[in-house]
Amino acid sequence: MGNMPFVVSMILVMVGFLTLITRRNLIKLAIGISIIEMGVNLFLVSLGYVKGGIAPIYTYAPPGAKEMVFPTPQALTLTAIVIGLATTALMLAFAVVIYRHRGTLDAEKIRELRG
Amino acid sequence: MSVIVRTISRVVAPVALAFGAYVIMHGHLTPGGGFQGGAVVASVVALLVVAFESGRWKKWKDVLLPLEDLGAMAFTILAFLGLGATFFRNILAGGGGLFGAPVPQLGPNPGALNTAGTLPLMNWAVGLKVIAGLGSVVILLSLFGREDG
Amino acid sequence: MLIHAPILAIAVPLLGAFSLLGLAYLSRTLRNIWACLISAFTSAMAVAVAIRAFTEGVVVYTLGAASPTESVTAGGFPIRIVLVVDGLGAFMGLIAALAGVVALVYYFQYLKEEEGKSLGLSLLLLLWAGILGLVYTGDLFNFFVFLEITSIAACALIGYRTWESRPPEAAFKTMAMYTLGGLLVLISVGILYGEYDALNIAYLSKAITGSLLDKLALGLLLGGLLMKAGAVPAHMWAPDAYGEAPATATIVLVANTQAAIYAILRVVFTLFGGALAAPGIGWLIASLGITTVLVAVLMAVVQRHLGRLVAYGAVSQLGYMLLAVGVGAVARGGFGEVALTGGIFHMINDAASVGLLFFVVGAVRRATGSVDLLSLGGLGHTLRWEAGFFLLGALALAGIPPLNGFASKFLIYESTFRASPILAALALLASILLLAVVVRAFQGAFLGPKVREASPAPRGMLVAMGILALVIVVFGLFPGFFIERIVSPAVQAVLTGREAYLAAVLGG
Repeated sequence: MGNMPFVVSMILVMVGFLTLITRRNLIKLAIGISIIEMGVNLFLVSLGYVKGGIAPIYTYAPPGAKEMVFPTPQALTLTAIVIGLATTALMLAFAVVIYRHRGTLDAEKIRELRG
Repeated sequence: MSVIVRTISRVVAPVALAFGAYVIMHGHLTPGGGFQGGAVVASVVALLVVAFESGRWKKWKDVLLPLEDLGAMAFTILAFLGLGATFFRNILAGGGGLFGAPVPQLGPNPGALNTAGTLPLMNWAVGLKVIAGLGSVVILLSLFGREDG
Repeated sequence: MLIHAPILAIAVPLLGAFSLLGLAYLSRTLRNIWACLISAFTSAMAVAVAIRAFTEGVVVYTLGAASPTESVTAGGFPIRIVLVVDGLGAFMGLIAALAGVVALVYYFQYLKEEEGKSLGLSLLLLLWAGILGLVYTGDLFNFFVFLEITSIAACALIGYRTWESRPPEAAFKTMAMYTLGGLLVLISVGILYGEYDALNIAYLSKAITGSLLDKLALGLLLGGLLMKAGAVPAHMWAPDAYGEAPATATIVLVANTQAAIYAILRVVFTLFGGALAAPGIGWLIASLGITTVLVAVLMAVVQRHLGRLVAYGAVSQLGYMLLAVGVGAVARGGFGEVALTGGIFHMINDAASVGLLFFVVGAVRRATGSVDLLSLGGLGHTLRWEAGFFLLGALALAGIPPLNGFASKFLIYESTFRASPILAALALLASILLLAVVVRAFQGAFLGPKVREASPAPRGMLVAMGILALVIVVFGLFPGFFIERIVSPAVQAVLTGREAYLAAVLGG
């Protein structure tokens, strides 16, 4: 059972890739990339889990605390979430701009740049 | 939006704002910090934009954009303050002054707010930036769909 | 002051990017002066770091510590975030400094105020800070963060002309590819962290044993970085991005792409240089490189959009660099050293020649409002300087002696021939084809009867082009001097500098 989070995160990554391959709507592409991001974030945060460890909060730690969960992967995950937010916002903004110009979000129909 | 949505938003918004402020202020003691608290506050902005018509929020983005710059600049300047030793050096920690109180012993305690040096200040700067940045993103995206956006 | 140079080179443009927008509310003159000050200071810092790295060896700067050199605890376990600048990083910093300064000189007269000049300036500085951070950092996670900073700033610049329909499309495509590449890098950062509990590149390099997970991490890192660099088969964003981005940003985008090549060098030679130094990786990169060259040159033949034609030229040059990196990784010494010298020297040559070509394309677009080769023609009558600069850049791109492209490409051909004659023949063939393509573009746009009126570029833009033209000519006439002074330290840092890099960070 210990590897379950990794399996789930890789499934999420696969689902995201599948979305990218099969969908043509720009918003759905952005969602697909977000799903991959979530998978990677889950992978990162589960790296730091220690079985039976307590939350790494200084003020909550009981006197006899033995093991804490690693805080570093959580910090990494948060940073990755922030970055993912920025990229998603930027992609959605471009999708909106494209929609205004072309009146559609279909990736095949908007393609002007070929070859 | 309907009366139900608007009434509930009126009730929830102040509570969520207070919670966001708490998450930012306690960022150096408990999980949270500038980004998370800022995101909570920005979600209030999103709630209000959805509940009430978005047109009236248009002028807000002119207020928020300079604030975002201010937050980012404050963060960088706080990092520059450490240049006497190295960049990002926490010059206030343990100094006895602002946020310079000694850290209490390990164990359950209410948390000493007046510790951690420049970290709370950086949290505030990041919080300001995230509130302004995410808030203006939400407002701008909601304006995109409109003719006058 | 100088001891803080590595971080100042990153933090000052970052501060500049944020403060510019505030200043722009007050006064535009003030904003312009501030931007000039920021860029002058940043490039001065980059040069200072380079001089220190070339003369004293690896420069280490620890963030947040009591002193800049205090990076590890007793026993050599790194606890802080470090910046590590060796010869290669310093060289890339020089390229970024050149690109940033020239882009800024060009910028002031290229964009009009109503096109959101302050915002573009801010993004340019942000991209610049990201590139400098990417090449200076000694921490794998920060490396990812800077990679994403450059991605976001670059895509915002690519889609800058939101009032046209094509740039947002190019930007969306680029953003998707960059984000995917970044996520692959992030997965491998996670794998390495999970295995060795560290993110410091030097420490990881020492700890890596070459297990199956390490191989997976190496593959993911290389995949992500190749996506970011725009190698075949993940090249489709590159011509769109270069073709649609504002001309002033393209040279920084090229520097950004080269930062990805830097990252590949860093990963292959420093991070995995100890445990996984198999020549197979080199062959893989070299074959991707030659495919990129061939595909890009063949695609360039059929273009009628001047910007896209030059963009495919830029992608093909990237292929040459990958080829050189691959051959260098196959041999690691001997002719591999020649290959790396050629490849690393080609980076700065490519930045100069491709940057010059894009600047001319931008000037043509500004003067005529069109970049369609079928509707252009006879521009040489009115745009004399631009025509001269285009010819110079085009010949340098194709590698005609005595320009700088020849010097570096010759080294690449020579070393590739010793690794595999077929690859060398293909590379040479592609180069000849590229010459035909750029000459056709020159002929189509600048020669022939005068078709339309065009106003010459303002002086600021010409000065920026002049700087790059000077670089092309001087580097072409005295390649030995520059190879010895700035390229050779970078090559040594790649090939033999791993121990020095580890020792500088971890001590002992």
